Amino acid sequence: MHASVRPAVSVNIPPIVTNAATRETAAALAMRMTVSKVNFFYGTKQTLFDINLGIAANKVTALIGPSGCGKSTLLRTLNRMYETVRNARLEGEILLDGKSILSQDVTALRRCIGMVFQRPNPFPKSIFDNVAYGLRINGSKVPLSEAVEKSLRRAALWDEVKDHLHKSAYELSGGQQQRLCIARALAVEPEVLLLDEPCSALDPISTAKIEELLVQLKDLCTIVTVTHNMQQAARMSDFTAFLLIGQLIEFNPTPQLFTTPGDPRTEAYITGRFG
Amino acid sequence: MATTSKTVPGASPIPGARSFLSRLREGDEIARMITFLFAASVVLVTLLLVFELWRGSALPRHKFGFAFFRTSVWDPIFDQFGALPFIYGTLVTSITALLIAVPLGIGAAIFLAELAPARLSDTLEFFIDLLAAVPSVIYGLLGVFIVIPLMRLYIQPALKSTLGFLPLFQGPAYGVGFLTAGIVLAIMVIPYIISVSREVLLSVPRDQREAALSLGSTHWESTWKVVVPFARTGIMGSIFLALARALGETMAVTMVIGNTPIISASLFSPGYSIAAVIANEFTEATGDLYLQSLIELGLVLFLLTFILNGLARLLILVTSKRGSETALA
Amino acid sequence: MSARLRWRKFVSGFMLTMTGVCALVAVSVLCFILGYLVFHGGTSIGWNFFTKLPAPVGETGGGMANAILGSAKLLFLASLFGVPIGFFGAIYLAEFSGSTVAFIVRYAADLLNGVPSIVIGIFAYSMVVLPFKHFSTLAGGFALGLMMIPITLRSTEEFLRSVPNALREGAMALGASKWKTIATVIVPTAYRGILTAVLLAFARVAGETAPLLFTAFGNRFWSHRWNEPTASLPVMIFTYAISPYDDWHRQAWAAGLVLLGLILAINIVARAILSRGSAVPRS
Repeated sequence: MHASVRPAVSVNIPPIVTNAATRETAAALAMRMTVSKVNFFYGTKQTLFDINLGIAANKVTALIGPSGCGKSTLLRTLNRMYETVRNARLEGEILLDGKSILSQDVTALRRCIGMVFQRPNPFPKSIFDNVAYGLRINGSKVPLSEAVEKSLRRAALWDEVKDHLHKSAYELSGGQQQRLCIARALAVEPEVLLLDEPCSALDPISTAKIEELLVQLKDLCTIVTVTHNMQQAARMSDFTAFLLIGQLIEFNPTPQLFTTPGDPRTEAYITGRFG
Repeated sequence: MATTSKTVPGASPIPGARSFLSRLREGDEIARMITFLFAASVVLVTLLLVFELWRGSALPRHKFGFAFFRTSVWDPIFDQFGALPFIYGTLVTSITALLIAVPLGIGAAIFLAELAPARLSDTLEFFIDLLAAVPSVIYGLLGVFIVIPLMRLYIQPALKSTLGFLPLFQGPAYGVGFLTAGIVLAIMVIPYIISVSREVLLSVPRDQREAALSLGSTHWESTWKVVVPFARTGIMGSIFLALARALGETMAVTMVIGNTPIISASLFSPGYSIAAVIANEFTEATGDLYLQSLIELGLVLFLLTFILNGLARLLILVTSKRGSETALA
Repeated sequence: MSARLRWRKFVSGFMLTMTGVCALVAVSVLCFILGYLVFHGGTSIGWNFFTKLPAPVGETGGGMANAILGSAKLLFLASLFGVPIGFFGAIYLAEFSGSTVAFIVRYAADLLNGVPSIVIGIFAYSMVVLPFKHFSTLAGGFALGLMMIPITLRSTEEFLRSVPNALREGAMALGASKWKTIATVIVPTAYRGILTAVLLAFARVAGETAPLLFTAFGNRFWSHRWNEPTASLPVMIFTYAISPYDDWHRQAWAAGLVLLGLILAINIVARAILSRGSAVPRS
């Protein structure tokens, strides 16, 4: 199953948005993923409550909210990364292109849904081997060096590293490492790219580069990003979901959510009254 | 890690079985089973060891019972086996070793943890780790050719002329004996005491030291009255660890203790230890009772070190835990 | 300055100096051991030591070629037996096991680690020597391997656990299965530590004598088969040192020098590997 050949299907999404205007906007878009009636538990503690959300194809969706609101947990349900934690349990339904992700093979699923983490986590290998890692473990027949160059170009890192591809990835700066991790995720051509606060460990210049990069990547894949930085969400996303203590408070097109929030709690948060 | 999902349409009716199969296909389940076999074999081998010692010593346990530990006749010809001289020898040499090694070891550990600059401390620790790696047969070699002559010609006569009124230091100076074995053992266990004590001393939170100094203590007072008491249990742990080593030590003791089953108040007297008698007589043991009596000695040794090691680990754990708790608070 | 304060300062200075003396004594013991061994062993070591069989009792000359080969064979067997169990067991503990099983395995390993080496010898005797009715290289290798297991297992587990979780997640997010993550990311990241652990375990058993006394036993000639008794350096040192012959004493020193040199070299190499910086920078 190759990522790009699978069509994005439009599905009849459950009521995911909080007002009529946005429901129309959202329904008109092709949905890559839909999350419906998701409840999430760590042991007996429930951390997500009845989440309904549609993730539009080839758009950037941002998840915002104060720390501990469940935004990272929600992101980690999308590629079933939560399963690495003991006692974690998910109820509800998550669809990728109309098929439930829970009934799929988890490693195959993760090949379609890439992930970039809070801190850059390159493997202790060369730059080349990092990018080629996903292709190699999946036994890809694509010529490696071409694929690596393509991914590094897409991650806007090629020019900086093309002369020392066989140096250790740890010799790169933090921002370069994070772009390397993006390149590593892009190499397997995922349909969806999940980013968990990708800039929180980086300086402002590296942050700007990565934001710019993500906006360009929209054409290649669907992007979901978690951020605690509201300006960042406003700058780069098309849709924004606001979460508070495990509940989805508001999900709307980004300009609308930031200019005319539909819920007083959203307004309180974006105007900086808490969080 | 069950992915229970009540509302997934099209999901397999038995999600557990499905995920098991898919993990099997990916190799995860196979890897898990194979590595489990290796891990389980560690437990199995350990249980087997205890079982073999128990089973292998059935005869003398039934024949002698507790008299095995109380009687001191060791006579293979008449099938009489009493372990008292060996137990005595093991305890006396180990205690002598600790009496020498503990003050030296703790002193050195205090120097390394409190006084020496970090670089010097690490360098010395490196040498001390190497000292711990020297095999016991090498200590035995040095014991035979250096310590024994030294004892016979200088140390034992000197002790006799100064402290000879004590029963501990009487009798002819053979060179071999309890005191010699104790000294060689002390040299061997000092590295363990230093290494572990230094670790626990370093884990004492800084603020304990600073509090003492800010109240006008001298450097020594803050060390001796605050830092060392704080690390007390951990240091005790290091001593138990050293004791366990000393009790089970075979080669060096065998080479210098004299190998004569005697119970004597004098440290100059030759003696015998549990490990040494096993080492010397195991291959020559004729008859089941003889061999099994030696195995029972092995069982005794095992139980002694088992208890001491357990206590040592517990004490070290308690100290390092308390250190980190205080540091967090 | 009051007299009392002066006294306290004096005590402080005196006691701290004493601790320094203690440290000095401890370290000088090593220098002494090394110096004495090099002095005595160095003068008695020669080409014959490495190439000749032991001379018949009463004759001078000869070497320990059979013991060197015997030690090599014993250590090879020990590594073959002890390292895989320690290594794969550690992978199970660090990556797969639940906490109860891990506790039991760790407890067993610590127990095994504390067992006096002479008792390991008894165990190997009843497990291998009795069934085969032979002292053998096999039995000696089994005894030494048994001693390698807990050291390899516990330190390998530590090093595997010190691999940051972020790397595990990174690999799994790319669709790597668990065992592929272990084989391609976790073990390569921790390989330096694992190598150190194996080397230290190897060095530790290389000098063990007690477990060989009634397993590998000894042999004054070449040992041709794995089920024959074999000579080994540590046992040779022991028997030669307590013998009454001067020439044997000389050879015991030479053997001691070779053995200690080997063990210290492995220790230093192992520590050097580890101190070349951990593979994973703490970001």
